[in-house]
Amino acid sequence: MAGPRPEDWSPDQPIVQLIDVHKSFGSFEVLKGISFDVRKGEVVCIIGPSGSGKSTLIRCINALVPVTAGTIRVEGIEVADPKLDKLALRRKVGMVFQQYNLFPHKTALANVMMAPIHVLGQDRREVEVRARALLAKVRLAGKEDAYPGELSGGQQQRVAIARSLAMRPDVMLFDEVTAALDPETVKEVLVTIRELAEEGMTCLLVTHEMNFARDVADHIYFTDRGVIVEHGPPATFFASAQDERTRRFLSQVL
Amino acid sequence: MSGPDRPGGLPVLLPFVAPRSEARLRPAHAWLLCGLGTVALPAWAQAGTASLPPLEVVLKWAPLLLTGFAFNVAISLMAMLLGTLAGTGLGLAMLAEGAVLRRVAWAVTQVFRNVPWLVLLFFVMFLVPFQVTVFGLRVPLPDWVKATFGFSLPVMANVAEIVRGAVRSVPTTQWEAAESLAFTRRQILWRIILPQCAKRMLPPWMNVYALIAMATVQASIVGVTEMLTLTAQVHAAEGGRPELFAPLYGFALLCFFLYCYPIDRLTARLERRFETR
Repeated sequence: MAGPRPEDWSPDQPIVQLIDVHKSFGSFEVLKGISFDVRKGEVVCIIGPSGSGKSTLIRCINALVPVTAGTIRVEGIEVADPKLDKLALRRKVGMVFQQYNLFPHKTALANVMMAPIHVLGQDRREVEVRARALLAKVRLAGKEDAYPGELSGGQQQRVAIARSLAMRPDVMLFDEVTAALDPETVKEVLVTIRELAEEGMTCLLVTHEMNFARDVADHIYFTDRGVIVEHGPPATFFASAQDERTRRFLSQVL
Repeated sequence: MSGPDRPGGLPVLLPFVAPRSEARLRPAHAWLLCGLGTVALPAWAQAGTASLPPLEVVLKWAPLLLTGFAFNVAISLMAMLLGTLAGTGLGLAMLAEGAVLRRVAWAVTQVFRNVPWLVLLFFVMFLVPFQVTVFGLRVPLPDWVKATFGFSLPVMANVAEIVRGAVRSVPTTQWEAAESLAFTRRQILWRIILPQCAKRMLPPWMNVYALIAMATVQASIVGVTEMLTLTAQVHAAEGGRPELFAPLYGFALLCFFLYCYPIDRLTARLERRFETR
């Protein structure tokens, strides 16, 4: 099947498209045929019990994890293509991790500035202006010269968001970004993501924050044991879940 | 009753000396004289010079002996420089994506890490020519330069292992974060992983240096004029008096100790500091 070429992609088509994605680690099948679309500007949340393959799923989208079978397209780029230009794909897709993963030997400002300077080859002074603005946007003005070890978890996570945004991605992936945070710092990170979503950034989140999903998501997917068992907009998803597993999960977390 | 032909003598036990016909003072003489315990004085000692007390002998020869020590330091520093450059390359090759390169680098590291340094030294001394011709220009390779190459081989292998271990010790999440920012593999290594490793690599690297600095005396066995060689020659020049043995070699011992002990302490301090962070 010859898929569409990146130059044929237009913003009215799904920006991220998954068709029957399978992923196995050895003989263990983590993803058993996942399909969904994300449109430009949409906020999509993936929820589900631990070990249901959510993190693997989101890592497949920027080719950190190769898929076993199926199709993933990001703006028309075939992610599963063996000749994939990973760097071109990753310039379009930002990613934020559960453990922040800031570069510990660099200050907050340097963390944000590194990729635009060294990957995109942009002018240092121009990047610095933008990086300072981004840190201010995530409410970290004044922390430019702090090293990650000197920042709280919530602050580190917001630096990580700013670092990802500095690349001006078209899609942002969030992999359980609040799971490692103290309850009181969860909110400051969620506020940042909500603002991002309100500005029109396409966001794909794996999350356990049900209230956040209900308030911010355009569409929610519930995965269990490698398949999507239920999906829908928050209103119908939370009010009238059809699937037994979904109902049980929701009754436990809500 | 002197000389190697003495019946019952065991010349096979004598230290090996590289053929150096022009050498004026041969360490073998000193060893031989001491070994046999003879009191026969060489000709120049009989020419009127009174025997100096041991400490004065050491003082008298200290400038020459310290020149020899400077050679040990120079050999160790150069070997460390060469070995670190080659070892970093080899260590990174062990982390390469290509399986062939990775395996070859691994094999090279294992070989040079698991053979005696002295054997490597012998190999280099006899395999490397005394001069090389580069673009029609003849470059002489004196013994001490060859010895430097010889010592840089074990340094290379040990540094390679240090680099590999340090890179491996950085969590894979750092790689993931950098990859998702579209850094290339090379950029990730040089800009993100290795700078984080530098601190971790410093103490073991200094450890290797202290070991190689002490090992440079092995160069005396292949005839390089370094401190131990000179000490033996001085001993012979002073008539091989047994009472000079301890002061002269004690002086060499002291020089190495004063040089290596601070390195050792500093290494330990750095290790503790990096551990607590």
